[in-house]
Amino acid sequence: MQIKDFFRRPDISWGMFRVFARNLKVYQKTWKASIMFNFLEPLLYLSAMGFGLGAYVSDIKGLSYLNYIAPGFVASSAMWAVSYESTYGSFLRMDYQKTYQAIIATPLSIEDVVLGDMLYGAFKSVLYGSVILLVIFTLGLVASPWALLLPVVLFFSGLLFAIMGLTWSGLAKTFDHFNYYFTLLLTPMFVYSGVFYPLEGMPDFVKEIIWFTPLVHVVNLARGLVLGQVGSYLLVDLAWIIGFIIIFINLPIALIRHRLAR
Amino acid sequence: MDNVIEARGLVKRFGDFTAVNGINFIVRPRECFGFLGPNGAGKTSTVKMIYCHSPVTDGSLKVLGMDVTKEARAIKRRLGVVAQEDNLDPDLTVEQNLLVFSTYFGIPKSEAGERTKELLDFFGLKEKAHTQVDKLSGGMKRRLAIARALINKPDLLILDEPTTGLDPQARHLVWQRLRKLKEQGVTLILTTHYLDEASQLCDRLVIMDRGQILEQGEPKELVARHIGKEVLELGSAVCHDLIPQLAGLTSGHQVVGEALFLYTNDGQALLRKVQELRETNRQYLRPASLEDVFLKLTGRGLHHEGENEVEHAD
Ligand SMILES: Nc1ncnc2c1ncn2[C@@H]1O[C@H](COP(=O)(O)OP(=O)(O)OP(=O)(O)O)[C@@H](O)[C@H]1O
Ligand SMILES: [Mg+2]
Repeated sequence: MQIKDFFRRPDISWGMFRVFARNLKVYQKTWKASIMFNFLEPLLYLSAMGFGLGAYVSDIKGLSYLNYIAPGFVASSAMWAVSYESTYGSFLRMDYQKTYQAIIATPLSIEDVVLGDMLYGAFKSVLYGSVILLVIFTLGLVASPWALLLPVVLFFSGLLFAIMGLTWSGLAKTFDHFNYYFTLLLTPMFVYSGVFYPLEGMPDFVKEIIWFTPLVHVVNLARGLVLGQVGSYLLVDLAWIIGFIIIFINLPIALIRHRLAR
Repeated sequence: MDNVIEARGLVKRFGDFTAVNGINFIVRPRECFGFLGPNGAGKTSTVKMIYCHSPVTDGSLKVLGMDVTKEARAIKRRLGVVAQEDNLDPDLTVEQNLLVFSTYFGIPKSEAGERTKELLDFFGLKEKAHTQVDKLSGGMKRRLAIARALINKPDLLILDEPTTGLDPQARHLVWQRLRKLKEQGVTLILTTHYLDEASQLCDRLVIMDRGQILEQGEPKELVARHIGKEVLELGSAVCHDLIPQLAGLTSGHQVVGEALFLYTNDGQALLRKVQELRETNRQYLRPASLEDVFLKLTGRGLHHEGENEVEHAD
């Protein structure tokens, strides 16, 4: 990839929604099983930690442990869902099935294809996050109607994680390379972004490093909205996410163009 | 009518490697134009530039009167593309492959439905409409790929090795359909390393090797010009010394491994003369083909890279 590709003006059309629709059509065949599996895992964590660990942790900031961790799982489940999609899913379409190649022989551009996949990733983020939100709602763990805004947050965080996943896909040589993505980037974020415990106890420099990673901002927003602890400080988290999207949206496009258009 | 494609000094480089080295050609409306050449000749690299997939390194390339570097979307709207690699959508059924593809062209739903029915019919895939693509045979997949490329009623259909890997029956079926399309006025471009395919389908073709065009013209005319009507194959190159005595009867010759190929317009007379002069272990008179043209131009066979290297005789 050349630097100038990153600054190239994107050639976008409505066609990206057709790519999105194509993915949706394929998803219609498997969505039930897929949702079941995707929400089983967070549910396992939630019950094991919430009830198991929760028996020892009396409360965190006046909340039961279960109440404390539930919103974070909405954020992290959404992250996992979009990340699988924009790595394994997109890479499969790009490298093995050559679906991308077929589509760019039609009037659609590479931008349309990549953005279509990005939208689809964001869709999965909203869907899987909202399913968990519904679950914790039925468990009585949602305290405020502000939670209704959470899907909007999940859309933006979905775009963000799709950009990250597609960037990795643009660079990956084989499927194995995604193991690094998950173990080196996502898992550390999952355990250090305040899903399980407040970050206040961390040393300052650790907190600063964490501030520069994305998931913590999604967790902040999720917890704030679910618990109804809303303030203008949440806007900083939202701005962080949107800023990331604006700055990096061209990166996976440039990488995938370099990979395909040879 | 204007030319469908005009390529001037067209170059494609991958890093330091030059895959297409400054080629010129023109494709006219309603013709079937072929790129014939061995593996690695640069056929795919050339057609990928035509269908706006690969950026052009140098030279100019106009497709349907438009510059590929400036009007890719407008060009692609009017193209049908069958790539060398299978890229059907394995997540979808046969019918869905066509329907979903139609949405990329913005074809209205009802029209797409009708088109899909027609195309499945035309390509004998009606019974398979609801089959998942990965359950199709190779020949069916190829037919589906061509059907899909026609969903937008293209003015130009590009086929990169449409029948490679198919059995003879499946190939003939594809050829039949392509001939019908041509009758309907579609301009065709095809790449192949099958001579019979090139001579059966192409009105005009270029012979490519190592990124260059060695010759172009009508298949019959190329054979007539370079070879003549027939080729007499003699089993042993020991016959080399006969050549001077055959002057007037042959128009050229070529040593291929152990064998000697004699080009001629009067095979029977040549055969009699050779038999008069010498007992040879094997004599075989056959019609001249494009393969002979290729052999003469490159000194190599189309399908035997490396082996069968010949000394260039003139
Ligand atoms: N993406 C690429 N990067 C580097 N080299 C490439 C690339 N694509 C093709 N080449 C090289 O360019 C040359 C021409 O390849 P091309 O695919 O155009 O040949 P072809 O005539 O289509 O051959 P075949 O009959 O095998 O399909 C080959 O030597 C090939 O290795
Ligand atoms: Mg090829």
